[in-house]
Amino acid sequence: MDNLLFFPLLLVMALVTYLIRAVPFVLFRKKISNPRLKAFFDYIPYAVLSSMTFPAILYSTGSVLSAAAGLFVALFLSWRGKSLLVVALATSLTVLGVSLLMTVMQVA
Amino acid sequence: MTLKQGIKDGLAIGLGYLSVSFSFGILAVTSGLSWWQAVLVSFTNLTSAGQVAGVGIMASGGGLLEMAIATLVINLRYALMAISLSQKTDESMTTPARLFTGFFITDEIFGVASSGNQAVSRTYMTGLGILPVAGWTLGTLLGAVLGNILPSTVTNALSIAIYGMFIAIIIPAARKSKAILIVSIIAVCLSCIFYYVPFLNSHVSSGFAIIICSIVAALAGAIFMPVKEDETNG
Repeated sequence: MDNLLFFPLLLVMALVTYLIRAVPFVLFRKKISNPRLKAFFDYIPYAVLSSMTFPAILYSTGSVLSAAAGLFVALFLSWRGKSLLVVALATSLTVLGVSLLMTVMQVA
Repeated sequence: MTLKQGIKDGLAIGLGYLSVSFSFGILAVTSGLSWWQAVLVSFTNLTSAGQVAGVGIMASGGGLLEMAIATLVINLRYALMAISLSQKTDESMTTPARLFTGFFITDEIFGVASSGNQAVSRTYMTGLGILPVAGWTLGTLLGAVLGNILPSTVTNALSIAIYGMFIAIIIPAARKSKAILIVSIIAVCLSCIFYYVPFLNSHVSSGFAIIICSIVAALAGAIFMPVKEDETNG
């Protein structure tokens, strides 16, 4: 990517990310008591992650079938309370397995 | 709490980040960034969701305002974590110490730091941040460089890892709280609408779609479900 486009975007991204963390860390010491405001902050991370994951996950592997298999495994293991690392690795391995199987079946 | 204890506690996070950022490195390079640009993004941002969206905005030729708003909304949760963590720190957390260790506030580092019984000191927080930063940056480098060498079957499989991690964050929380479950379902439905409706797909960039979906879903939750269920249930 062209550096003239990259660096201004990187600067904005890194600066905003840093300030969101550091400024409240320095300034705020009191708990949020407004239940609606608190709820909004509580829900935002899950709303963000959900909208980023769906439907993008289905198109992340080059094959909707292998991605769907990965998605299923991720949902199942997360439901069972497995750690982030275990879920991420198992999802990848599932996709790898399904893709290899699809390649073998195409050859045969 | 000592530096050594912090480093020890940060090891698991660092290892987790190493594998997930590998997936980010591949994603960044396939989005058009060079390997060192991908590494620089990880080293200066230390955030998964924000970086995935940020690289998406870079790839689609988005503007600075779009980048600023998307980064702000997606990383807004860090502000709340910072406020929360701020109340658990000891007297060694001076303003300069906060300006430095504030950089390390991620979902996982915050989780580990705030779940302990003791007050969080400057040295502990510094130790806790070292290995996650190293793992996140190194994993990105490996993904960005090896992504070109590895066969596509392998890189495709690794590309999904970051989404697997996102699901592993969402599901346990949604199991505990019906409100989070409902908010997540609303966000998924809205996101699918933006993706599958041709007019919206071609007129609203991915960064803004995420912003709109997240704010609408979280606002709906805040208005109709102001107190989290797991708090009322104890």
